[in-house]
Amino acid sequence: MQIPVEGFMYPNEVELQWSVLIVLYPFLTGLVAGAFILASLERVFQVEAVKPTYRLALLTALAFLMVAPLPLQLHLGHPERSFEMYLTPHGSSAMAMFGFVYLWYLLGVLVLEIWLDYRRDIVVMSQSNTGWKRLFYRALTLGSNNISERSLHIDERVGWLITVIGIPSAFLLHGYVGFIFGSIKANPWWSSPLMPVVFIFSAMVSGIAIVMLLYMLMCWLRREAIDMRCVDTVAKYLFYTFIIDFSLEMLDLIHRIYEADESFRSLDFMVHTRLYLSQVVIQIFLGTVAPIGLLALTQVLKLTDLRRKRIYVIAGCLTLIGIFAMRWNVVIGGQLFSKSFLGYTTYKMGFVAREGLLTAIVLTILPFVILWVLLKLLPPWPEKHSVATSAAASAD
Amino acid sequence: MNITRRQLLILLPAAAIAWEHILAGTPEASPNYNMTDHWWGMLMDITRCIGCGSCVRACQLENQVPDGYFRTWVERYHVTDWEVEYPKVDSPDGGKGGFPTAKEDGGKNFFVPKLCNHCADSPCTQVCPVGATFVSPDGVVLVDQKYCLGCRYCVQACPYGCRFINPKTETANKCTLCYHRITKGLTTACCEVCPTGTRQLADLKNPNDPIHEFLRTHSVQVLKPHLATRAKVFYYGLDGSVR
Repeated sequence: MQIPVEGFMYPNEVELQWSVLIVLYPFLTGLVAGAFILASLERVFQVEAVKPTYRLALLTALAFLMVAPLPLQLHLGHPERSFEMYLTPHGSSAMAMFGFVYLWYLLGVLVLEIWLDYRRDIVVMSQSNTGWKRLFYRALTLGSNNISERSLHIDERVGWLITVIGIPSAFLLHGYVGFIFGSIKANPWWSSPLMPVVFIFSAMVSGIAIVMLLYMLMCWLRREAIDMRCVDTVAKYLFYTFIIDFSLEMLDLIHRIYEADESFRSLDFMVHTRLYLSQVVIQIFLGTVAPIGLLALTQVLKLTDLRRKRIYVIAGCLTLIGIFAMRWNVVIGGQLFSKSFLGYTTYKMGFVAREGLLTAIVLTILPFVILWVLLKLLPPWPEKHSVATSAAASAD
Repeated sequence: MNITRRQLLILLPAAAIAWEHILAGTPEASPNYNMTDHWWGMLMDITRCIGCGSCVRACQLENQVPDGYFRTWVERYHVTDWEVEYPKVDSPDGGKGGFPTAKEDGGKNFFVPKLCNHCADSPCTQVCPVGATFVSPDGVVLVDQKYCLGCRYCVQACPYGCRFINPKTETANKCTLCYHRITKGLTTACCEVCPTGTRQLADLKNPNDPIHEFLRTHSVQVLKPHLATRAKVFYYGLDGSVR
């Protein structure tokens, strides 16, 4: 397949090394980190208004975290050797830490926090269900059926501590992804100390947006009234975080324009041509300025519940599109220009291929399927919780 | 001593073989090769390069480099006047088959052969998550093909575009400085075939290597010095427009 090249590329640069799957990876981990940080608002910072989203946020984070390594595995030339990263990690490599950061976050933080938070429900469900469900929940209890006041109090304390540890862990998870790009001095599009910080804030933006959308979707599917106090609070946090994220990105942009180093002319040309649609139109205007403007409207105008809901849905969807575009522009954009700054290549994405569009679509849908299963197994709904609790009380 | 015509016909080929052997040098047996005694680099006198592409062809043959990928290649620069920051560069098929005739518009043309710079502080080895790529004790950046994950991080980290993923092995691939040859006392395939002596393998730890005299008496540069990779391919006659 002939790849169109404009100007001069070093001969080995013509083919892009990191595909749409590597775009997906920071997008998915960003959703994980953002959702977890939203959950921590209730747990650590005592923001009671967002409580209805707490468990949903944790389950969303888990569903996306379970899928996050898949695009990386599919991308590797030798996925069967990926375990070597655990056995012989290279101390100087940012990427070598991936396995440890991932495992720590998955098992040391997220799974543990979910288990502690659901432990009472799990014990109750292991007693109230029959058949395979009973066996399943009994296995999840890990042999501990103690749901006494004191025991639950300990769970609560430990859960709080894990959340406190989890916040810097979430920052680490996504900041580290940003560092993988930001530490490549060979690539001026990536090389920036701001990259990890931008990644963290964009992660928070996308994670808050998806939990807000999922919460509204769940309420709609379950024909329940949306807790407007909750959604308003989440939207407010989304708005503030987005402003910080946008400011950081603009700071990076202004710094690049003003400094105008040797790479500037080449990168500027790329932004005005090959990245114009994905960066200027989709990322900046459609995916950032528009949602910030919409969210600002809800902050300054007195709008009806219905109008606010509509605005939140539109702003949330635009936010996710914008953050995905940001990941695209970082990963793909960083490979479209030559390190000689004298030419540009083209990204040709296959459809049915190991790293093609179809794979990316499947990997995007997969976390929602996992989330659906998790919601069935560990329902986060308050009324089910109360039913389960009352069942437990009667069982006691 | 009288030599008959028959004897001369027998002796001439024998002498030719002996002379070729002398020119090729006596290969050092690999078991006797001591890595810590060497620190390999290369001298590139680009004032001599004629862009014939012999080095590219020799490298591809010697190292079974797949078509479309390059362990070494040759670029042709064309600079018209004072705008040295924006040269016109071409490298059709890595310069493997030479170059078409240059435009006669008054500018200057010159060739720049490229290969892995075997940096002492190589960014590619720094980022490898499993240490599959490394700087050997004799200063050659190598890849363990049986250990590489194929994550491509090293390809991204190389500032010179010297790495690629071999589509057959799905692992990172690059110039090994013909490690299988230099450890036997031979020179690299590209140096071997260069008709003008543009490329010269250099052992920086060998005090008798002529590179030391050359470096002391000539103005040389490395590519992208601002990236502080401690590159070990030294260019003589390098123009400021070269990237």
